[in-house]
Amino acid sequence: MSAGHPVEMETLFGDYALDRAFDEMREADGQVRPHYRALAETLARLPQDELQRRKQSADLSFLTQGITFTVYGRDEGTERIFPYDLLPRLVTAQEWDRIERGLTQRITALNLFLRDVYSEARILSDRVVPRDLVYSCKHYRRQMRGLQVPRNVYIAVVGSDLLRLNTGEFVVLEDNLRVPSGVSYMLTNRRVMKRTFPQLFSSYGVRPIEHYPQLLLATLRSLAPEGRPVPNIVLLTPGVFNSAYFEHTYLARQMGIDLVEGRDLVTHDNIVYMRTTDGLKRVDVIYRRVDDDFSDPLVFRADSSLGCSGLFNAYRAGNVTVTNAFGTGLADDKALYAYVPRIIRYYLNEDAILPNVETYLMTDEKERRHVLANLDKLVVKAVGESGGYGMLIGPHSTARQREEFARQIEANPRNYIAQPTLDFSRAPCLINNRLEPRHVDLRPYVLFGDKVNIVPGGLTRVALERGSLVVNSSQGGGSKDTWVLEQ
Amino acid sequence: MLSRVADSLYWMSRYLERAENTARQLDVTMNLMLDPGGASAEIRWQRLTGSLGKSAGMEWNGDLEQMARKLVFDGLHPASVTFCVNGARENARQVREEISSEQWQRLNRLFHQMHSENALALFSSNINDSLASVIDGIHLFQGVSDTTMIHGQGWQFIRLGRYLERAYATATLLEVYQPDLILTPEREHSGYQYLELVGLLRCSTSFEAYCHEYTADLSPGRILEFLLLNRDFPHAIRYCVDSIRDSVDKIQRTGGRRPPDELTAVIGRLHAMLGFTTISEILAADAASFLHTIREQCMRVHELIYHHYVHYSIQSALVA
Repeated sequence: MSAGHPVEMETLFGDYALDRAFDEMREADGQVRPHYRALAETLARLPQDELQRRKQSADLSFLTQGITFTVYGRDEGTERIFPYDLLPRLVTAQEWDRIERGLTQRITALNLFLRDVYSEARILSDRVVPRDLVYSCKHYRRQMRGLQVPRNVYIAVVGSDLLRLNTGEFVVLEDNLRVPSGVSYMLTNRRVMKRTFPQLFSSYGVRPIEHYPQLLLATLRSLAPEGRPVPNIVLLTPGVFNSAYFEHTYLARQMGIDLVEGRDLVTHDNIVYMRTTDGLKRVDVIYRRVDDDFSDPLVFRADSSLGCSGLFNAYRAGNVTVTNAFGTGLADDKALYAYVPRIIRYYLNEDAILPNVETYLMTDEKERRHVLANLDKLVVKAVGESGGYGMLIGPHSTARQREEFARQIEANPRNYIAQPTLDFSRAPCLINNRLEPRHVDLRPYVLFGDKVNIVPGGLTRVALERGSLVVNSSQGGGSKDTWVLEQ
Repeated sequence: MLSRVADSLYWMSRYLERAENTARQLDVTMNLMLDPGGASAEIRWQRLTGSLGKSAGMEWNGDLEQMARKLVFDGLHPASVTFCVNGARENARQVREEISSEQWQRLNRLFHQMHSENALALFSSNINDSLASVIDGIHLFQGVSDTTMIHGQGWQFIRLGRYLERAYATATLLEVYQPDLILTPEREHSGYQYLELVGLLRCSTSFEAYCHEYTADLSPGRILEFLLLNRDFPHAIRYCVDSIRDSVDKIQRTGGRRPPDELTAVIGRLHAMLGFTTISEILAADAASFLHTIREQCMRVHELIYHHYVHYSIQSALVA
């Protein structure tokens, strides 16, 4: 800590208490970590109300820009600004290097896994992954069997959730291989932060992330069907009531492509067209933000009108690329997750660079008994859910909730997994004009076209309530900008 | 461009034009009510709701402030300013990627302004200022639209929406005022009649422009001539129709698909009606039915645009 501002630093930290969790800013003895010093000193120098003032001006900027998300299960269409924290989360070059290598390895292996499972299924014949686990997964799509996917890329856009344990090590909590969201918040957070702390930002040497839309566009273009040199690329959204609608419009605008809804598309002779004021125009690549189930009522859920009838047949005929491919949810099933280190070893003959979190499978008799006996210490998750829904956090649960989960686990063991309650890392946040530690995770965004591309950064999600471990935006979480340092 | 997007841009623009028209006419009407010697408050209110259309649920109940508040803030009533601003924003939200950030921020700010606590407080303390700030917000949006958006197809659909709505609204306004003003033989103006005529001109922001063209010598015939046949004033119906014609033409030129013959014919007819007629001919024949025809033809233009650009059948498009 700089000797020049001992008093201010004292007020700044106030009752900032360290606990067992890794603190992103401070060492166990309370010292500010070297790469956080410039930030701490800047904060200490700012006048009392200045932070609050900057926060308000940033808030207003989010609201007028309409950077909002929709909360389900409350008044339909309630818009809120995405809560965010003003202080950046810093990641050193060394830490990032490991994350980047680890994710590249992991995504490469998972893509090979999907290709294998939907073609020869060698990994199942070799009994590395149990056959029932794959075929009982609700995201397995038998329609994908034997289908040639452009460039063999199943998962072009991925957002994996990382946590940092109290050893300081990053681990992967889950992979989002279907329609990961949040990247627009990563980009808008950065814009707001550059305006809020311009000097601090430039003095830190932060690696840029702003080219993400361009990389995404290049990725999509690289996956276009053969013989379409100037592909017409579109982003398919479920529409304005989707919680991530802001993101869909944002990305479409940043890439300069059309944002289409299912009702804009028609198929004829296995070719997908969109309705334009100049007549029908052929579509070549669809960046899909609609789940499998809702994509084509003729093949998937018949009662959905969000997708486009005939889309899957056009895809099957190779006339249109849809990405991510259908059926990729198989590889982010929370039960299959336990096998990812083995999957990496099987295809790449390497050890996983980023470890998994220890996971108990409820289909295993012994593990199930252990979990049922220790529900108050563990986290239980439904395998097919995301967004923090269908989850039991043992230490924060009531006896009633635990009984309910125990009953559900007994009734349908394949549907649940359990993990230890993790003391994942905490970072300083601005709460009522003071610094307080809050739990954070990290979701970097991975693109996979010609090769794997990861922009240095990601969305750091924050559990804004004191002591809370849930970072999902739908459950009271927020975000902060992530600065990956040049060195 | 996507048909759905074109449709949303068109409606965004129509709704905003309508919101502005409602706010301005309400402002003028309330101003006229300060001089009770002319017409009664009730008659003025009926005239107002008549020229805005959709008067059901807006019947005069004697409480002007409450009625006015309803006409501005009742988001459930389709004639209200808030309803129109909501409609515009909802359409804009669905084409967020097509409009510029400046446009969206401007419109979003107007939306939040209409829904803030302050808006009601300001309205109670000073109705004029409150309405003026709404109108300002819409003008800003229009200015920002013209300066920050590519003047391609999307912008032409915005323009189409604005002028079609305006032509229709001006025709309706004249139709409502027409029995009271236009048919009375020109008399020595009492101060009250003068106020009425100024009111009519203010309802379409044309008082100053009129004076510029004809001096402050107000006569019903000239007012009608100005609002119908002037080719340079943006609230005159002829100007609106010329703009519509120009937009349809540009949309065709950028897109390459020929508009249907009937659309060309209807717009051409409107253009000829306003471009090759004198006001004395209109007054000698039947001004009321002339105005009525203009409204009908505007409706027809709207339908034809919808069926050609937005809701066409796939079969017809595949053949083409």
